[in-house]
Amino acid sequence: MNGASLQRKVANAAVPVAFGVGFVVLWEFLVRWRDIKQFILPRPSMIWKEAVNNAGFLRSAATVSGTNALVGLVCGIIIGCAVAMIANRFKILAELVTPLSAAISAIPIVVIVSILNNMFRIGSEVPRRLMVTIVVFFVVFVNVARGLRQSNSTQMELMRSYAASPSQVMKKVRFPNALPFLFTAIKIAAPLAVTTAFVSEYFGGTQDGLGQKIPAAMANSKDPLGWAYVGAACVLGLGFFIAANVLEYVAVPWQRSRNSG
Amino acid sequence: MKHESHSPDQSLGQPAVVVDNVSKVFNAGGRQQVDALLDISLTVQPGEFVSLIGPSGCGKSTLLRLIADLLSVSSGSLVVNGKPAAQARLDQDYGMAFQQAGLFDWRNVAKNIELPLEIRGWDQAKRRERSAEMLELVKLSEFASHMPWQLSGGMQQRVAIARALAAHPPLLLMDEPFGALDEMTREHMQAELLSICASTSTTVIFVTHSIPEAVYLSDRVVVMSPRPGRITATIDVNLGGNRNDDTREASEFYGKITEVREALRGIEHVGGARGIEDR
Repeated sequence: MNGASLQRKVANAAVPVAFGVGFVVLWEFLVRWRDIKQFILPRPSMIWKEAVNNAGFLRSAATVSGTNALVGLVCGIIIGCAVAMIANRFKILAELVTPLSAAISAIPIVVIVSILNNMFRIGSEVPRRLMVTIVVFFVVFVNVARGLRQSNSTQMELMRSYAASPSQVMKKVRFPNALPFLFTAIKIAAPLAVTTAFVSEYFGGTQDGLGQKIPAAMANSKDPLGWAYVGAACVLGLGFFIAANVLEYVAVPWQRSRNSG
Repeated sequence: MKHESHSPDQSLGQPAVVVDNVSKVFNAGGRQQVDALLDISLTVQPGEFVSLIGPSGCGKSTLLRLIADLLSVSSGSLVVNGKPAAQARLDQDYGMAFQQAGLFDWRNVAKNIELPLEIRGWDQAKRRERSAEMLELVKLSEFASHMPWQLSGGMQQRVAIARALAAHPPLLLMDEPFGALDEMTREHMQAELLSICASTSTTVIFVTHSIPEAVYLSDRVVVMSPRPGRITATIDVNLGGNRNDDTREASEFYGKITEVREALRGIEHVGGARGIEDR
């Protein structure tokens, strides 16, 4: 990387950083100036103090929620890809799975989580992970199925001229061609997995995830701590999103070169 | 010079391709029925370079795809390398190159060339050896581990040709392979293709829009007309084995260009010859 491009990157990052800092400063100033009550909106400095004092709690709650989100995300991606590939081979399955998954995704998360909670023993993390899996599956399945269908016609004619078998076509052309679609899906699904984990935790089960800690702290009038948990939730979601982008950057380099022209 | 009649000449051995009375109808019986090809007969001898030229919609690409068994004939018969077209495809008796290089973005240059060999089940050492040989043939040895998007259009097309020839097929089918290249690169690629064909004695069927390209490359130029697609003239070129940049200035070259152009004009009076490049 040469000096000029580094300079440009710093300049590009400066605007959002300045905006973020300005926003927090304005928030702090507004709360002090208007003397806003703590339970309505606590000061950033107080939230930060609570976060530092309770760093251990924050970390363990974030680990629980993060694990739920990650397990569900990985399962959803694997199942979504597998079903999309099978549905691409056998059209009948596509006609069965598409409306079914659309129907499931139309059911509110609250309902599904309640049903799942009844199926497993109290305190089990499985219902939450299953919920995340279902949400992620739908996003991945729809995108990858489209990616598998949109194969380059020259490449498909070449494969036919090589007398390639359907599974060779899938492995060597269709699936690699669908990778950019898969990563688009992962970028949508990664933050979605985190929020779904929070919502699932909120509706029953053990008390150790961020989805339980936030409302619990708020209910006990520990508003700054509640906001500190919200902050941890933001960091977790952002972390998942960044990880998904880094993964895409590494895994589909040709897409990167296409975007930059 | 009308319809070339199919007459297998035994003294030349088994022909590379025999197209016998082939017709192709799309959407047969439907409201949008298209008679793409009508009663096409064409025999190509081993080592021969034959160009198919004609206006858009004359079915020249369709004819190429029938020979490749990417489409199936509606009537007539097609023999490639002494066997039915479908069997020739299964045996990988031909290599194919298109206007789009169609390289696989996720494979480097060497791996792209090795793909047809991989599908044939060659082991890795043999594949490596062959891709190195092919890269030398198209003068891209130092780019073996480059990715396709790092190459220029002309280089990508050279990789596509190397890939088409990787299994050493006796027949090469090309559908406007240089159509998307600039004029300078195009002339360079034409010269290179001729030297590759000379060194590998590959039979080539070459679809093009360009009259000078067809004349420069071919032993024989087949002129086709649209609606329905049929062969209206076959012109023997015979510019000799050592064609080079001087050939492009020679009077015989211009004479043949005029001959092909007039054959195409004949079509214009009938139905209009759109999409022909006169350069």
